[in-house]
Amino acid sequence: MIISVASGKGGTGKTTIATNLALSLDDPLVFLDCDVEEPNAHLFLQADLGRPEIATTPVPLVDENKCTLCGKCGEICQFKAIIVIGETVLPFEELCHSCGGCMEVCPEDAISEKPRELGVIEEGRQNGIRFIHGRLRIGEAMAPPLIKKVRAKAPVDGLTIIDAPPGTSCPVIAAMKGADFILLVTEPTPFGLHDLKLAVGAVRVLGIPCGLVINRSDLGDRKVYEYAQEEGIPILMEIPFERKIAEAYSRGVPVVEAFPEWKERFVRLYQDIQDAAVGKGVPA
Amino acid sequence: MKELVVISGKGGTGKTSLVAAFAALAKDKVLADADVDAADLHLILDPHVEESHGFESGRTAVIVPERCTQCGLCRDLCRFDAISETFEVDPIDCEGCGVCVYFCPEKAVDFPLNRCGDWFVSDTRFGPLVHARLGIAEENSGKLVTLVRQEAKKIAEEKNLGLILTDGPPGVGCPVIAAIGGAAGLLIVTEPTVSGRHDMMRVTQLAAHFGVPAMVCVNKFDLNVEQAEGIEAFARENGIKVLDRVPFDPVFTRSMVVGQTILEYDERSEAVESVRSIWNQCSEVLGL
Repeated sequence: MIISVASGKGGTGKTTIATNLALSLDDPLVFLDCDVEEPNAHLFLQADLGRPEIATTPVPLVDENKCTLCGKCGEICQFKAIIVIGETVLPFEELCHSCGGCMEVCPEDAISEKPRELGVIEEGRQNGIRFIHGRLRIGEAMAPPLIKKVRAKAPVDGLTIIDAPPGTSCPVIAAMKGADFILLVTEPTPFGLHDLKLAVGAVRVLGIPCGLVINRSDLGDRKVYEYAQEEGIPILMEIPFERKIAEAYSRGVPVVEAFPEWKERFVRLYQDIQDAAVGKGVPA
Repeated sequence: MKELVVISGKGGTGKTSLVAAFAALAKDKVLADADVDAADLHLILDPHVEESHGFESGRTAVIVPERCTQCGLCRDLCRFDAISETFEVDPIDCEGCGVCVYFCPEKAVDFPLNRCGDWFVSDTRFGPLVHARLGIAEENSGKLVTLVRQEAKKIAEEKNLGLILTDGPPGVGCPVIAAIGGAAGLLIVTEPTVSGRHDMMRVTQLAAHFGVPAMVCVNKFDLNVEQAEGIEAFARENGIKVLDRVPFDPVFTRSMVVGQTILEYDERSEAVESVRSIWNQCSEVLGL
């Protein structure tokens, strides 16, 4: 089963929920931090990360001896990532989506591919958790291809927990697609509600069952609760704002480590997720 | 005209609440919400929409069954596995590269433009606001961010306003890169946590990479004073100006619930005092 933890809005406690859930379960599991722009789960799981593996994407390499400057590569490219200027063909590697169209269309076979670095993938272990995350290279705009590479590392069977990035656009979709259950983390404020609605919209587009965790449940108002009821989204957990939890978090200490009584609640959360997912026809 | 872009690296540090407070303090400005993925500034500014435009970007392949002979060439060529066994294109996986469109021997693939979202020019009690709404599961948020900033700049020029105040997106990827180029200054709002520190360090690298001068302020500093000091020390060592700190204050949440800035909600709160001081420091750095 793949559980993807998402939030719409950043800073709602997504990483806290994902990491504490993972730390509370005795079953072996794989944890993927797909928030490749700002991966933080390793700070809480304290996994020993191995040697970084460079993640790349293919971009065009033009052989000027073969190129006749016909311009077909520039015509097919939808991303303006390769153009003919004067006597040269100029690829703009950072705009390239690696579709291979230019290589395919070139009548002279003048285009091959070379790798361009997107970032790194690091892997480690902590207790029974196999941990994998991606770290986008600074200045790199393309998060989704790196997210897909992180996801490809997970085995098909067993439990996988994914920490997704915030927002509702392509990086989040890349981290949610194919999951069996989406756990949405929100806070009961107008910002939290607004972004939750967008996240639920994305979940509905993908057609995946979802449930809600409400963090800092005592700060804010009741509108998130009303919305959840209207939409038929089960509230699986509530966490009140407690300064001691916030302080533990600020030091990078997982909640279940600082306050072991929370472990049971996360185990129950997992059971509720299984029930909710199985109830909707998802294999356990 | 100068643009101050407020970013955070990590989400949820209080960036938008701070921008809203600045909106109440700054004079002669245009406001821009460049966090198009999760645009929240309008929830406080209550804009009156005066102009609304669709945003089109990119295309998605659509196979027309009547013309398709199921030869399979498109599936062989598609690197995004977007075409199913039954020759339907999954619009979520389709990257819009057009390879299937180009090579289809039957010309059976249509390639319509995507409507990815909307953008608006509005009036608020603090001046003009340019904002946007990215469609769910849509891409090209970087382009929409660029558009929001360009429109804000046009308004600033037309109305002779000296400042653009931009609420930026979180992270370090495509939307943030689109949000910071050419800005006069960046304010990084962070929080005193290991995650806040980690993401602040990454976003300062990004600022340096694009050569935009950055400032840092720690919100909710009293949740972990030691961590706040560590962040500030890192900033100083890297030539980033450290501004005043903001305490953890529920006034931020309470004012948000009623759709007000903290200045309107409780002018005498401790948070207001520090936000005022941060705004003055920013104005000085920008030479406003």
